[in-house]
Parts: sequence; C-alpha cells; structure tokens
Amino acid sequence: MRKVSTRILNISGNVVTVRADGVAYEELAEISASRGKSLAQVIRLNKDLVYLQVFSGARGVSTGDEVRFLGEPMRVGFSDKMMGRIFSGSGEPRDGGPAILENLTEIAGPAVNPSKRIIPKNMVRTNIPMIDVFNSLVESQKLPIFSVSGEPYDELLARIALQAEVDIIVIGGIGLKYDKYLYFRNTLEAGGALSRSIFFIHTAADPIVEGLMVPDLALAVAEKFALSGKRVLVLLSDMTNYADSLKEIAITMEQVPSNRGYPGDLYSQLASRYEKAVDFEGAGSITVLAVTTMPGDDITHPVPDNTGYITEGQFYLRNGRIEPFGSLSRLKQQVNKDTRKDHRAIMDGMIQLYSQYKETEEKRSMGFRMSDWDKKLLKYGGLFESQMMDLKVNIPLEEALDNGWKILGECFKPEETNFRTELIQEFWPK
Amino acid sequence: MSRLSGKIVSVNGNMLGVAFEGDTMQNEVGYVISGDHRLKSEIIKIQGNVAFMQVFEYTKGLKVGDPVEFSGNMLSVELGPGLLSQVYDGLQNPLPELAEKFGFFLPVGVEFPPLPVNKEWEFTPQVKKGDRVKAGDRLGSVPEGIFEHRIMVPFYYSGEFTVEEVVVPGKYKIGNKVAVLRDEKGTLENVTMSFKWPVKIPIEAYKEKLGPEEPLVTRIRLIDTMFPIAKGGTYCIPGPFGAGKTVLQQITSRHAEVDIVIIAACGERAGEVVETLKEFPKIKDPRTGRSLMERTIIICNTSSMPVAARESSVYTGATIAEYYRQMGLNVLLLADSTSRWAQAMREISGRLEEIPGEEAYPAYLESRIASFYERAGLIRLNDGSKGSLTIGGTVSPAGGNFEEPVTQSTLKVVGAFHGLSRERAEARKFPSISPLESWSKYKSFIDEEDIVTARAVLDKGEKVNQMMKVVGEEGTSVEDYVMYLKSNFLDSVYLQQNGFDDVDAATTAERQKYVFGKVVGVLKADFPVKDKKQARGFFYSLRHKFIDWNYKSWGTDDFRKQEAAIDEALQRGPTAEDERTAE
Repeated sequence: MRKVSTRILNISGNVVTVRADGVAYEELAEISASRGKSLAQVIRLNKDLVYLQVFSGARGVSTGDEVRFLGEPMRVGFSDKMMGRIFSGSGEPRDGGPAILENLTEIAGPAVNPSKRIIPKNMVRTNIPMIDVFNSLVESQKLPIFSVSGEPYDELLARIALQAEVDIIVIGGIGLKYDKYLYFRNTLEAGGALSRSIFFIHTAADPIVEGLMVPDLALAVAEKFALSGKRVLVLLSDMTNYADSLKEIAITMEQVPSNRGYPGDLYSQLASRYEKAVDFEGAGSITVLAVTTMPGDDITHPVPDNTGYITEGQFYLRNGRIEPFGSLSRLKQQVNKDTRKDHRAIMDGMIQLYSQYKETEEKRSMGFRMSDWDKKLLKYGGLFESQMMDLKVNIPLEEALDNGWKILGECFKPEETNFRTELIQEFWPK
Repeated sequence: MSRLSGKIVSVNGNMLGVAFEGDTMQNEVGYVISGDHRLKSEIIKIQGNVAFMQVFEYTKGLKVGDPVEFSGNMLSVELGPGLLSQVYDGLQNPLPELAEKFGFFLPVGVEFPPLPVNKEWEFTPQVKKGDRVKAGDRLGSVPEGIFEHRIMVPFYYSGEFTVEEVVVPGKYKIGNKVAVLRDEKGTLENVTMSFKWPVKIPIEAYKEKLGPEEPLVTRIRLIDTMFPIAKGGTYCIPGPFGAGKTVLQQITSRHAEVDIVIIAACGERAGEVVETLKEFPKIKDPRTGRSLMERTIIICNTSSMPVAARESSVYTGATIAEYYRQMGLNVLLLADSTSRWAQAMREISGRLEEIPGEEAYPAYLESRIASFYERAGLIRLNDGSKGSLTIGGTVSPAGGNFEEPVTQSTLKVVGAFHGLSRERAEARKFPSISPLESWSKYKSFIDEEDIVTARAVLDKGEKVNQMMKVVGEEGTSVEDYVMYLKSNFLDSVYLQQNGFDDVDAATTAERQKYVFGKVVGVLKADFPVKDKKQARGFFYSLRHKFIDWNYKSWGTDDFRKQEAAIDEALQRGPTAEDERTAE
C-alpha cells in the first residue's frame, strides 16, 4: 500500500517536511501541487519526520498538497529504444516520445570491486593532436575539461563525441543553456551520431534540484550498456553546476559547510560519480569526459580542486586551445608505447621546445635581446600553436606526428634537438 | 545468546540514530537488518538512549523502525597467518574472494572470513608445559612465505599465564587449538592461531618503545641523503594533485628496505590500486627473489566505496602492521591519502552536528592525526628482539595550499616532511620533492657536513636563479653563475632519479655514499672558468657524464669506466671544447 501524507509541515528552499511512517531513505515521492505533479526524494529521516527534496522546486507548493510515497528509489529504464532520445533531469522524456519503462534499474548503484578492474589499454582516437599526440585519451578514463566560462568547451565535447570511436554516447547536461542543448543535438544529428546518442538534459531554466540526478541517470544507463559489451562515452557538462546544486541542498538542510559553502562530502559525491568510469573485463567500458568550469580561472576553487584529485588527469582549455602545460592524461603511458615508435619522443621533445619558446617569449616581452636560437624558438612556437594546438586542426595521430617532424625540420637542425639519432635518421625531413 | 538490539529512529546519509535499551559501548559494532541485508555499523556517539552509528555501507532503503543488532565487540580485525599478499577492503573483507562470488560489483552487507579457514600451516611449538608466558610472547611459529610467522599469546590476555598444554609439531588450521594456558586464578584458556583485536586501540604487548635511530633506506637518493626516514619514524608527503604522491609511494613500496609493506589506499582512485594489484605479483623483490606481493598487504578503500569504511581502513592497516611488528619485523605502512581519511571524519562530524573547527574539520582532528602517527615506533619485544613500524602518509591539501588544517596537524607530529612541488612535477623532475622546503629530523647515513654544503649550494643557486629572472644572464657575475650551475648540477645528477630505469630507479646506501662524495667534490671545487659560456659547457658535459654513470650497474666494469671518464674531466677542468658545446 502506498503511503500518502496530506499535510506539509515545513517548506524551506527546495526541501519540504512531512510526517510519515515506514518511509525508506532515498525513496521517491510524488507531490501533487496546483502547478502539477513533481517528484521528490527522501534525503533525511528523523523519527516520523521525512525530509524531501523536490525536483521541480518547492515554488508554489502548498502546505495542503498531497505527498504520495512511491515505495521505491529513483530508477531508470534501459533499452535500445533510448537511442536518439532526449530525457529530462528526472528521467522523463522531453522530446514528446514514450517513456522507457523496460529493464528499470536503480541509479547510483554499488561500486565496482577494484580487484575486478583491469589496467586500461585502448586509446580513444579523437583526431585532435593536442589530445592524441600529447595527452592521449584512454578507454575507461575519467577526465575533466577545466576551463573558464566562455571557452568553447561544449564545442570540444561535441567534436570528441563525433570523432571518438565508441559505440554509444550518453550526454548529461547539468544547467546547460538551452541553445547549447540545441547545439549538441544539431551537431550530433548533422554528424550522423544522433542514432547512437542518448541525452539527459537539465537546462539552466529547469529547477536546480533536477540537475542533481543527471550524472546518476546518465551513468546508470551507461553502465547497463557497458555491461552488455558496448563502449560508452559519457559527456557531462557542467559538473560545477552539479556541485553548486549540492551546495544549495546542503545549505537548505543546514549542514556545516566546509570550503566556500560546499558540503564536506563534495569529494565523495564527485568521486562516486567519476569512479563509474571502468573497463569491464570481457564486456564494455565507460569513459567519462566532464566539463568543470573554474570560477575566476582559479584551479584551487573547491570544485576543480576536488575534481583534480579524483580524475585521471585533466584537459586545460584556455584561449580556445588545449594548453600543453597543466593538461595531463595520467593513463597515456598505457597506450602511447604501442602507437608509433616516435610517439613518445615527439610528445616529450616538442613540449620541451615549446616550453623553451615560452621562456623566450617572456624574455622578448621584457625587452631582452633575441639570439639566433631565440629566433628559431619564436618561429617554432608560432608553427606549433597554429598547426598543433589550434582546435581547428583535425588530423589522425600518424599525420600529426609527421607534421610534428615537419615543423621541427623547418625550424631546427637535428643536433639542436634531443631526439635519439636512430629516430632522426628515420623521421627527420630530408 | 540474546544480544541487545535497537531500532532506527533517524537516517541522515550514512549516520543513523538508533534507540536502544540496556547498555552499549562506544565504538561497538552493530548490524542493521534491512530485508536480507545486514549492514555493518559502528557506534560513535551515545546520547541518552540513542546511539549514533556510522554505517559502513550505503544507507539507501533504510527505514525508521528497522532493527539493529549489537555485537558486543568493538570494530576489530582478525590477526593470524595468511594476512600477507591479501587485498582487503577497509573492513578486512578479501576483495578477490568477493569478486569471485559476486562479480563486478561490491555486494551490500556481506562479510567474508579474512583469513583462509581451511589452509593448513606447519606449526612448530616453541614453549613447553609449565613455561610462564604473557601477552605477545611466542608460543610457536608457522612459515608464512619467506617469514617466520610467530603464533603469540593473544594481546588482550592480561597477567601471567602458565602453559598447560601445547600441541605437537604438525599441520593445523587457524581455528585449531595449539595451546592451553592457565591464568593466575586457574582458569584454562584455549589458544588458536588467530585472534581479533580492535583496530582503534594500539597494540602494546611489548617491553618498551625506543627512539627511532637507524635510517630506513628507501633507495630514493633525495630522501635518503637529504631528508631521511628512520625505522620506526613517521613522515608525510603533502602535494597538490598531479605532483606525483602516489607514484612516489609506489616506488617506495617497491624498493624500501623493510620486511613488510602495507599499503592503505584510502579514498583514492581505484585505477591506481589496480596498477599495484596487477603489477606487484609480477615484480620480483630483488632481495628475496620472490614476488613483491609476498611481502605486501593492500587495504583498499577507494573513493567510490562507502565513506565510513574509509575512516576505518587506515586503522585496519595500522593494526595489521603492529601485529607483524610484534614478530620482530620491520614494517612500513603507507597511507594514501590521509586527507581522505580526515575528510571522512569531517563528513561524520558534520552529520553529528558537532561544532566545526577550521574548514569544518572536527576539533579533534589534530589529536586523531597525532595518535595515528604515534602508532609508529621502534620497539623492544618481551624476548629482547626489536621490531619497527614506520608510517608514511600522503596529504592532499585543498588547492595545494600547505596552510590547511590536515597538512598543518600532520606536520606537527611527523619526523620528516617531503613537500611535493607542482613546478618540479610539471618540469618532469622525479621525485618532485622540493629540496628547499622539505625537512627531516632523522639522521642520514651521509656525513652531516656534506649535506650542509649541498643545501647551501641549492639555496644560493636558487637565489641566483631568482636574480637572473630580473637582471638576465648578462647581468649576473661569473661567480654567481657558476653557483647556479652547481645547484643545477646537483639537482639533475643526484636529486633527480629516472623511475623508469632499472638501475637508476633504486640506489643502495653504499652507492649513495660513494656517488654523493664525488658530487660534493664537484660542489666544493673551484674551477678556473673563463666566462659563463665556458662554465655552462663544462657543467653540461659533466652533467651528461654523471647521468650516464647513474645508469651503470654498481660495481661493474662499465661503472668504473664511466667513473674514470668523470675523474679525467674533473682533473682537466674547463677546456676550449666546453665553449663550443655551449654554442
């Protein structure tokens, strides 16, 4: 029998309190308000007091509204029919199509046993030299894109989604601007990838609490597909909005804030989502790419800071380019030894020279005299930025490596670089 | 036996309020019965007739009114033969066994026997009837891998006991009786090969605690020479993300000259543990020729596993480490990362609605950290032999800022500080320990005077480097410039190591003494250089020769040949050729 309560005791922020017995922690309830029905989730039990977080927000909820407990936690369907479909932050269709009620599974399921994980071994090719050559993306990796607002991070995500060799793309939008959502959909459609994409979209116009479910929904569906053998890429934008929603609920619940108002369990909350990235032995995999906007370009802000400790590296997007310094793929060593024998040498060698260019650039701006070597570096830096770093460059890894040698050949003599003689003989442009 | 039980009255995250009647004890373990599941939890606060319990599992689905069974015991681990090479979660459940039975995901509310129940061990008694023994004394031993695993009088036995009976040598399972002891009142106690010990209480079944003196050789030059660790000492490694904390811990766990390494992976990435899990069995311990896994125990509570178990995982690690120390072994406990442990405390404290201290950490943060590191130490056992437990913890300060409470509380209690710097990590310098900021209170095996010389060169070199950023190379005197080159030389040929090279990754104490002597010789020498260009060329070629030397195996012909080349270059001093190299 489903329990019903007809008297709401407190309404504070997006949290309402009712009296009820036998209610389970994290159970769902439905509130029938004058504006329509809304889902809510139990976030605290204290004797017969039940605290509910209302997904569509408590605005317009009356103390006389009916709260009906559904007797089950949040679940999401999983079916091949989800391809190309768009769902809201509470898992309901937002494209007018039918709801998916097959194979309902609980979201935020148990963690993977570490002893069942395998060392990642497959590279995900993106045709972006700054990723493929310098910080290879690896299947089952969890990687954020750190950037300030205004950088083309959604464009970067969409491009990776289109070009990455994966079976299924799950896009989770948290506080996404409506036009960005349209952009994602149209870009994937134009690229012919819509039929293998699933969207869970919470836009900036939707109630903020609803965004809290998006990562769990997206990852639960991804996990199901991965277990059935699919390689799934999960794109989340933007996890800072997610953290801000956590903050809002925590403050409403009068939790003691830890750092800049964020709750003390921010690390655990983010980690349990990112750690869903996995390569299942004998089945598929989940790779997670997530945008983390940094308020004020501050990498020590709690959200990017906690994220950095959780993820396996980060892409640092600045001035429309992926910065070679600060960007890191912790898993690249697992894959870049098997691509081409000059891959690691180019990766290290070109970055070392680029870092020398940066120093020279600094000296130049301070008015120091430029030596011949400095002039060579300046030329190199220019070519490196336009032919490797520019996000418009769209070439496979091998071509990018060849191009790297070409740039080196144009700027330097072989003995001026640190490359092994054997590689120079084979690859240096004649 | 009917146990005390209670009922849930409140649920807030992983914190339950449980109403009970009768008596309960602080840190008592209870089980929440929810459907078919039994969720393990621990009492952490008692207020009237309500016990606040942290649950070591996710609390989804729990209801007010669900029954709770109290166990009467504090949170404990089982100690006995079979611990080595195990991979446990924070509550001592063996993860590979769980995987075998439950597949990819961690099951809810399952407890597994931590030690192999049916394995037979070759027991050799070492006491006879009538012997007087007390807690921690050896009754006999079984071979466990390369070690002699002592079967001891359980540590919670108080007073003196007389051996009433001891079994004959032979094969026994851990549950079998191996001895019968009689206490002063005449009560008889059966002793088996394993017993339980509460994780939050330090094991003190030894004669005395000594001060740490002997260096613990990690074979990392920067640590052993400049910022040494002592057997029985403590050290911490704070650093921002990406500075290489975990890599440093991994390298240490491979090469450190200790008997047993216990890795407590506390709230960190699962992927990193996986690397250890999959690689260690394949790596040979150079000292024993056996797999590295045979001397390792991994306690693994990664970031997506329940938070409360994260809090207990460092204690589980410390307790097992103390147990092996009782056998006269040198044990190293590596906790990665203690910040996650502190954050777990913060989460729990927040749910208890305690008044928060700095950055919302509980007020008792400092004392908890201090008492954890105090579990380290060099001890003299009842039989006069010595054992040691060294604790090394990484700290992950928010924003890489060492001023935060966890780093500061840790620095107060540890004996050595290995501060990692993001700049060094980004310049791909390994280890990325900052030679200017770090310190150690322990004594190195290197001559004190030489270390002072080296530090002075590093300090001066850094000052010159800072100055050059303002006035440029042109505005720097030759003398200063040489100082800068010397500090650079010391850093690249000695302080940095190539972790991927078989030879250079680990340097023995003997080799460190020898090579450092030569390096200090260079630092002290006065080279007649003409100008900055020649100086640069000279030091660059010297650097090259030393780095090549690092790659040669100790004591081989190649090693001596390279040394001869170095000696020759030093004899000759700067040449015209050096000027050309610097072009």
